[in-house]
Amino acid sequence: MDNKPKGLTLLDGLSALGLLAATLMVFFYAPVEAVMGPVQKVFYYHVAAGWVGMLSFLFAAFSGGIYLKRGDMKWDRLSVAGVELGLVFSLINVITGAIWARPIWNTWWTWDPRLTTVAIMLLVYAAYLMLRAGIDEAEKRARFGAVYAIVGFISVPLTFFSIRLSRTIHPVVIGSSDPEALGKFNMTGPMSATFVVSLIVFTILFFDLLWHRYRLAKFAHQIEIARSADSAIEGE
Amino acid sequence: MSPLRLYLRAIAAMTAKDLKAEWRSREMFSAMLVFGLLVIFIFNFALEMKPAERGALTGGILWVTLAFTGTLGLNRAFAAEKDRGSLDGLLLAPVDRSAIYLSKTLSSLVIMLATAAVLLPLYSLFYNQNLLLPGILLVILLGCSGYVLVGALLASMAVQARTRDILLPILLFPVAIPLLVAAVKATGAFLAGVNLSEIQPWLLLLAAYNLIFLAVAFMAFDYIVEE
Amino acid sequence: MEPVIQVSRLVKRYGIKPALRGVDFSARAGEFVAVLGPNGAGKTTFLRILASLVKASSGNIRVAGYSLPRQAAEARLRLGMLGHQPMLYGDLTAAENLLFFARLYNLPDAGKRIETVLDQVGLLRQRNDLVRTFSRGMQQRLAIGRAVLHNPQVLLLDEPHTGLDQEACEMLDALLRQVASQQRTIVLTTHDLARAAALASRFDVLSHGKFLASTAADQVPPDGILAFYRQALEAAR
Repeated sequence: MDNKPKGLTLLDGLSALGLLAATLMVFFYAPVEAVMGPVQKVFYYHVAAGWVGMLSFLFAAFSGGIYLKRGDMKWDRLSVAGVELGLVFSLINVITGAIWARPIWNTWWTWDPRLTTVAIMLLVYAAYLMLRAGIDEAEKRARFGAVYAIVGFISVPLTFFSIRLSRTIHPVVIGSSDPEALGKFNMTGPMSATFVVSLIVFTILFFDLLWHRYRLAKFAHQIEIARSADSAIEGE
Repeated sequence: MSPLRLYLRAIAAMTAKDLKAEWRSREMFSAMLVFGLLVIFIFNFALEMKPAERGALTGGILWVTLAFTGTLGLNRAFAAEKDRGSLDGLLLAPVDRSAIYLSKTLSSLVIMLATAAVLLPLYSLFYNQNLLLPGILLVILLGCSGYVLVGALLASMAVQARTRDILLPILLFPVAIPLLVAAVKATGAFLAGVNLSEIQPWLLLLAAYNLIFLAVAFMAFDYIVEE
Repeated sequence: MEPVIQVSRLVKRYGIKPALRGVDFSARAGEFVAVLGPNGAGKTTFLRILASLVKASSGNIRVAGYSLPRQAAEARLRLGMLGHQPMLYGDLTAAENLLFFARLYNLPDAGKRIETVLDQVGLLRQRNDLVRTFSRGMQQRLAIGRAVLHNPQVLLLDEPHTGLDQEACEMLDALLRQVASQQRTIVLTTHDLARAAALASRFDVLSHGKFLASTAADQVPPDGILAFYRQALEAAR
């Protein structure tokens, strides 16, 4: 096993400091929003997590495509790492969203296009993990995973589009599920600064975790090789 | 003969083979038909459909029924090839692998449309609501073809997994949602006699879904069958 | 003259497990090679790679003058394969099955060719029976017919005698001898040494993903094949 690369240690520190800085900014720098009050502060993490979730899935589809072209297992490991991180961040996105929606929209959940799309997206990638779990042979698992990561990622904007279209043609009667209408606010200077910092910090965190997850997969692979070498010696 | 003509002939031969075998056994068709009728009946009791509410629900019921029956057929189409080892026979043939995918899609589509051709009039009869409108038939065609295009690709992976009996709907439903939403809305709109200009976005979405996933599947299928 | 099958430094790994570890192999037109080896030696994988059903992890493979996997479609036109499963359709008749494959291979004058092949495998009378109703042996015979239907330059056979009765085995042997006499290249895997001795012109021993030994049939006395096989495996220990 190789030692932890210096770059990764650096990235670890950067993520930790960044998260600390972003949190401090959220609580002490960004002003309390006039109408919604302190709960609005969840917005900074909520949007950043949503952005990183999408970035992860895009990354997974992209790495899957490269795996199919090159057949190098490295890209499969990156693709899986992307999906797993995407699931985590999207879940953070949904949960923080629900925390915000409870006081603002007066409900934990609405069938708003964005919300629904993220929920369906979570199901797509849960299906991805199930597909992989059902296949024993590593290369086949990688190929199928890559194909599904691509198909799934393409379906996401179509899903969003179809749900939004269905809302505009049929106006929603019970309550307003349009985030533009209820809970909309204008960002002041410090708010924008905090928002941008959160976005950057979460993106750094994404690459940090991606690297860790990739190394984990590589080590798992090396252990598998070592094990099979052991059993081969026993078999002789 | 030109390569394209050879390619098309191979697709025709494989599709004809599937349909001939299905015509003999009617395994898939009868299972899909009975299952589809059961789903319609269960909806009837579950929703206790009153005549006034029926119109709004028809599109939804119809497409849930078609989606369920569709997965039944798609799984079977590939499981049969896999179990008898005949997929190897097709892979050994001197044709591009995408021809295998396209022929499976075509034969599954024909069987799904045949099922719909029986289910639709029966639904119209049971609920006294005419579904046999040209607009709805177009939606059925576009919806089923989009469903089968993606479904055949995913089924070719699902049947190779240990969990193949349960995997296909889990893989297929979440990515088929835009298609199903569009199909349900378009069907409902045609039933309500809405202006064509308002239905157009849905028809375009259905067409786009077909094209996008045809292109994706065309490129991806090779990687699924090649070991 | 270029060999019909030319394989060099072929490696195939499944995950991290090597199935073939640097295989070199070549066969000329008219050669009938029996690949012998214990279970798990990599025989099936080797044949499936030659048939372009499985991609090699690395190495050069040429079949009938075409490089795999790049020119796989060209190569496939010239090779026939008989695997563990019959690759037939139960709901079609014997003749319909062959007609389907004739179409895939774009055979001219398919009807006549199908007639000939059905006669060769002794199924002319059952031509219009559904394959579903066939016994295992009859299905295997039809599968043999399917493999030779397009008169391939290269014939790959994976344990073809499995599940055949005595009569069917003799029929298969006669058919194989006839194919071999037409300057075709046949590669057959088996662990039935006696059968291999009676048919092949060359014996290659494959074990643990490597070829250990090769000999022409006329270099081995008629009852010496077992000794040759054991010696090859012993030497590798």
